[in-house]
Parts: sequence; structure tokens; C-alpha cells
Amino acid sequence: MPARKAAAPSQPTLPSPLPPTLQPALPKPAEVDGSVRPRGSVISVLDLSTADVASILAQATRLENEDPLARMKRLLKRRVALLFYESSTRTRTSFELAAKSLGADTALISSQSSSIEKGESLKDTGITLKALGAECIILRHLSSGAPYLLEASTGLPILNGGDGMHEHPSQALLDLRTMLAHLRDGTAEVDETTLQGVTVTICGDILHSRVARSNALLLPRLGAQVILCGPTALLPEIAAQIGPGVTIERDFEKALAASQVVMMLRIQAERLSGLHVDLEEYKSRYQANSARMDKFAANALLMHPGPIIRGLELTSEVADGPRSLIAEQVRHGVAIRMALVARALDRFEDKDHATKPTEKPATTDQLAHPKTPAKKARRG
Amino acid sequence: MSPTTPILIRGGRLIDPAAGVDAERDILLRDGRVAAVEAPGKLKSSAKQENAEILDATGLIVAPGLVDIHVHLREPGQGHKETIATGTAAAAAGGFTSVCAMPNTVPVNDSPETTRWMQSPERGAKIRVFPIAAATRGSMGEKLTEFGSLKAAGAVGVSDDGKPILGEAIMHQALTVAARAGLPVIQHAEDTRLTGGCSMNAGARAFRLGLRGMPIEAESGLVERDIRLLGSLHGVRPHLHVAHMSTAAALEAVRKARRNGLHVTCEVAPHHFLLTEEAVGDYNTNAKMNPPLRAQSDRDAMLQGILDGVVDCIATDHAPHAAHEKEQEFERAPNGITGLETALGLTLGLLHKAHRLPIGRVVSLLSTQPAAVLALKGRGTLAVGSFADVAIFDAKKEWIFHAAGSKSKSKNTPFDGWTMLGEIRWTISEGRIAYKSETAG
Repeated sequence: MPARKAAAPSQPTLPSPLPPTLQPALPKPAEVDGSVRPRGSVISVLDLSTADVASILAQATRLENEDPLARMKRLLKRRVALLFYESSTRTRTSFELAAKSLGADTALISSQSSSIEKGESLKDTGITLKALGAECIILRHLSSGAPYLLEASTGLPILNGGDGMHEHPSQALLDLRTMLAHLRDGTAEVDETTLQGVTVTICGDILHSRVARSNALLLPRLGAQVILCGPTALLPEIAAQIGPGVTIERDFEKALAASQVVMMLRIQAERLSGLHVDLEEYKSRYQANSARMDKFAANALLMHPGPIIRGLELTSEVADGPRSLIAEQVRHGVAIRMALVARALDRFEDKDHATKPTEKPATTDQLAHPKTPAKKARRG
Repeated sequence: MSPTTPILIRGGRLIDPAAGVDAERDILLRDGRVAAVEAPGKLKSSAKQENAEILDATGLIVAPGLVDIHVHLREPGQGHKETIATGTAAAAAGGFTSVCAMPNTVPVNDSPETTRWMQSPERGAKIRVFPIAAATRGSMGEKLTEFGSLKAAGAVGVSDDGKPILGEAIMHQALTVAARAGLPVIQHAEDTRLTGGCSMNAGARAFRLGLRGMPIEAESGLVERDIRLLGSLHGVRPHLHVAHMSTAAALEAVRKARRNGLHVTCEVAPHHFLLTEEAVGDYNTNAKMNPPLRAQSDRDAMLQGILDGVVDCIATDHAPHAAHEKEQEFERAPNGITGLETALGLTLGLLHKAHRLPIGRVVSLLSTQPAAVLALKGRGTLAVGSFADVAIFDAKKEWIFHAAGSKSKSKNTPFDGWTMLGEIRWTISEGRIAYKSETAG
């Protein structure tokens, strides 16, 4: 056989990593043609620095407290498209209400009643929406990473309303705001230490959860510890490698005992793809029920991104109980999404970024500087 | 074929691993064959007599034309991705003089008619195309094709590439019948029962991106199964060739099978010994292929397997796709990248320059050995009497590959903008110049 004949007596050895000569000689094409990512896009929570998070939280509070008629002028008649390839109640409605409260015109495109049914690609759908005047697209999609494709095809800021199993950044931000309201007096001035001493357990179908990924990436950056909990089939060991501050605990009760916040997740039957989960076994080990919560996490906050399946991952008593923040999370969602839409449409809201005054949209002046404390802005 | 002008290649360093030659030699090509190989200057007068075209290869490497035993030329049926004419033009630009075309065309090449059609001069191939025919009808994995007739029509192997031959009984049968027909069975080793809905390697990156991951066992498990079948056959000695191997576990299985005297060969694609799953980045569909880019440890194992000789050859798995097909959601985008124009440049850069593998070994991995794996007679060598297939290149020249300038119809490559080592000056296919660089004299 030729291979054996050709083997040289002294074998070259293997340096690792890749030698420098084999790195690309040129920067990536995106950098070459100057098409940097549009400011205001939020596809992953990692698109946001801690300062960005603080500014979004402050903006959310400002907008929430503003006179509704004054608020309407901020994005009056500007166009926002909601492109939904997957069903949604909370995310779609709250993004829509958020955009409308700022005065924007919204158009909802869902896969069942549009040319998507006729086979139009995501790229072409995006180009069409841009041609119709959309300045920002809010996308929910079944496929992980789809927002990057839409962003590259349109050059528009994209707000990720949940993509496959990848991320759901607005959910993580509203979860953060909910936690801050209860644990840190509603402060918006967050930094790397704000959530120090706070442990958040996320329990359930981590594997298929974009909410889990976004929270596991966001919360540790503000100082929190995140415990992921669930059976191996729904929580592979590799999940702990998602980032710093994330650990796995298979024993739900141990995790509860360590937590100030408990976030329950739904088993995503639509994404199980052949995985078999014994639901009775699951409930016996991972269900948030009154007895378990009282015993191990009497003071912990109970959260759930929804939709909830009563009697599966949590019981009705817990869902409707005094520690449940499920409805409150939804309320925070509108405020967060107002801030995200405003940010996406006003690319130069920060003083630091106001380098191109000619490109500044007219409404920019109406936005207060994000570092201004929320109370002052409210008075103004 | 009409007669060709004789060509004298003079002044170059001839590297012909099959003949054990690495020295300054002049070569005379006549009637599509190597007519003479002599010390520098000795062929001058006969070249003059024959009015031969003279190529000055001073300072250049003169090697047997490269052989790629795994390409997708997309014809018949998918001419928007590639045609035999454009694919072989890309091949010639990359120094290749023989390519073996996989059967996952539309329709699947499972007949002697299609096999002949692909080799017809009307296809406009710039170099030699050897079809690999489907092992089962329509590559459906149910009923074997006619191996004997396919071989007579020019097929050099059978494979259901793109899909595995999954059923144990049908694989058993394929190995037996192929052994009698004298054809290798080329397996795309993927246990598709473990890879449904998957679009990259299983691991931390896939979890982070929310993509379903293909476990390494999907590859190694099937390689092990095939080797077990091979060992259980009596009275025949089948040849199993493992296509585009990507995991350390599969490599180990091959290594062991060799030790046990089984006829198993394997190929590795440049992207699998160069890149890891990290290249997927934020859903770069030009880093999506099947098998997927793997973890660092698997990539290192592929490289080590090449360096220590377990890997028989390098094959590109050149898989062109139109831009609009790759500009889709990651999970929907088709698998595959182009590779014919970057194979030599990447291989010389990594194996020769970075790992000090002698150029002779590189030539062997890209020409001599692949020709031997599929028993392409008279290819992969420049011994007198063999085909006049020659790659002449400047092994020291660095250049930058721009996908936009590719001769392939498709530009789906993760190597756009990468520095390549080794510039092809001339590619000669059966005595005709199939490619000439702008810098060639």
C-alpha cells in the first residue's frame, strides 16, 4: 500500500495552534467593504456591553414613566417590521405594543399568511421589508442564527425575538429588570458587581432553550452565579462551558437551597426531535411545587419565561403563588422592548456616538443621555 | 484525440515519488505520454528535431499532475453550481490533472450511460474525469447497481457519497460484489440515525449556537461497522475506502484494520486538517460541510495521521454551491465547500512549511497515493510511458487566494483571502496545456 511505503523514518511533529502563516492574510470581507454591523442590533446578549445594558435599563424606566402622548412623538410614523416565523404571544405583542407606544407604525409578517409560504427566502423577505420602509426588523425564527443572515442581507438593525435554540436577548433583559426590581431596588445603574451574591437556578429543558442561553450569558456578567439544572437528556454536560459563572447541579433541591431566583423552563415538545423524556420521573425530580419550594427555597423569586405548562414544570399553586413573578416579567417586557426599539432606530443616542450629526434622526434630541439618572429624566 | 505538439520541460526539479526521483531532470512529452526523462540538457536536440514547445521550469517543481479522488462536478443536473467544464477548469488551475466525480448528481450516476456521458468530450473537460458510480440504485441504499458494467463504462469506484450505505446487508453485498468486480467501495461514513437535524459538530460551539450536533460516533461507528464486515468476508478481499475522514476514533479504527491486514484506505480533506468547529463562528455557512469541522483534538489527529502515514491521501471534497443556496439559515444551507484551487496552497503551507514535511511527501499525498488508491493506471507518476499529466509550480511563491477570482462557478470557500504557498505555473493534461498562469513564461 502506498501509504506505508511513503512513511518517512523521522516524523515531523505537531505544533498547535495553527501556525501564523496559515491565518487569513486579509481581514474578513465584512470589514473590507466597511459593512460593520448596524448599531442597535441586538441578536445576542453579547452584543451589549455592561454599559449598554445599563443604558437600556435606564431608557426602559424613562420610557415607562413618560407621558404616553409625549412618548408617541419619539418614533412617530417610523416603520418597524415584526417578522415572525414561529408562533408567539408575549414577545410579539409586547414588541408591537412597545413600538406603537413610541409612535412607530408596525407591520406584522407571519410565515402563514405571507409570501414566505410561497418559498420566498429570508434574505428576500428582508430586502422587501426594507424597500417598504422598515428601519428595524424584529425577528422570531425557528432557525438558530437566522437574525445574522437577515442583518447581513438588509443592513438594518435586527432585534432578535428568539431564534431557534440560540438566544432570546430581550427576554434575558426583561428577566434582569424583574430581578433588579426585587433584589436591587430597581436600579438601572448596573455593573459587573450588581448581582454579586445572587444565585439564579435555571431548571428544565436547557438544551432547547434560547432563554437559558441568553440568561446564562448575561447574568454572570453582572456578578450573578447561574446554576443549570435538569436531566442529562435536556442538559448536556457541555452546557457548563457556555461561559464563566455557570455550573451544573443535577439535584434540583440542592440547587433550590442555594438560590435567590428560580427560573423554570417548559419542556419544548416541538424541539425534542426523538428525545424521550419520562414525564412522571421528570416531575418527581424537577417540578416546582409548593412543598419543594417551601422547604428548599422559601424566599426565592419564581420566574418563568412562558408559556407555562401547569402541572408539568410547575404547579398552579406555585405559578399563582406570592413568589411568582411570571406576570410581572411580561410587564417588564414592554418597557425593555421600548428601550430596544428606540435604541435600534436612534443609532446615535449616546453622546459618544454622536459623531455624525447629519445622519442623526430628528428624534434623537428627544432622547435623554442614558447616563442621566432615571428620576431626573422623568421630571424632564 | 488529435496529435499534440511535443513539449519539453527543462530546468526543473522533478519530483516523482513513484519512481523515487527527486532531481533536476528534463522531460519530453509526446502523444499524451511521457516520452523521455533525462539529465538536464540531454533532450535538447531531440526536442529541437520534433519542434517541441519548450517550457522553462528553472527554479520550479515538476511533479505528476495532482489527483483528487473526491469532487462534486454537479453535472448532470445542477449546472447552476458547477459544470464539468468549470469544475475541471478550477481543477487545472489548482494543478490537478485527474478528478474523480461523485455520483450524487441529478439524476444520480447509477448507470453506464451517465458514466459515459460524464466522460464524453462534449462536456468540455480540461482534464481527465473519472466517474465514481453509485453503489446502489439512486443511492437509495436498497439495490446494488451493476458494478461490472459501470466499471466497463469507466467507473473507478462505487459510492453513495453524500449518503452512507447504511444497511448492514447491503454493505456486505456491496463489498462482496465490488471485490469480484475489482472496484473499491467508497463509504461516506455517517450513521444518519445519529445525525438527524444536525448541522455541525457536537460540542461546546454547537451548544452555544443552539445547533444540533453530529457526534463523532456517527462517523467512527460506521467505519468500525464496515471494518467488521470486511473482516467477516471470506474468499474475497474487498477494498474499503473511507471518504473525508474527520475523527480521531475513525482514524484509529483504520489504523487497527490495516494492522490486521485488511484492505482499508482513507482520505482527509484540507479543511479537516486545517480548521476546527470554531471556524463556524456566528453561523458561517462557508464553514458548513459534512462531515463537519471537528474539535481541535480531531483536527490534530487528522494532521498527525497525515504526517505519520496512516492517511493515504488528501482529497478536497470540492462541493460547489451557488451563493443563494449558501445565503440561507445555517440549518438550511447545503453542506460543502469548494477546494480544488486551494488544496496545494494550503497543503504546502501547513504540511511542508509549518510541519517540514518534504515536498516529495506532499506530492505523494496529492498525486501518487490517490492515484494508487483508485488504481488509476499511468497517473500520479512521470515515469516514461505514463500519461503526460504534469503540474509545474513555484513551491516558494506565496499568493493570496480570492474566491471572486475562482474558476469554479461557485465561490463557497472559507479560505477567501488566505495566503497560499506554491503557485501553479502550468498544468498539463495528457500532453496539452490545461492551465497556464499569468506569470508563466
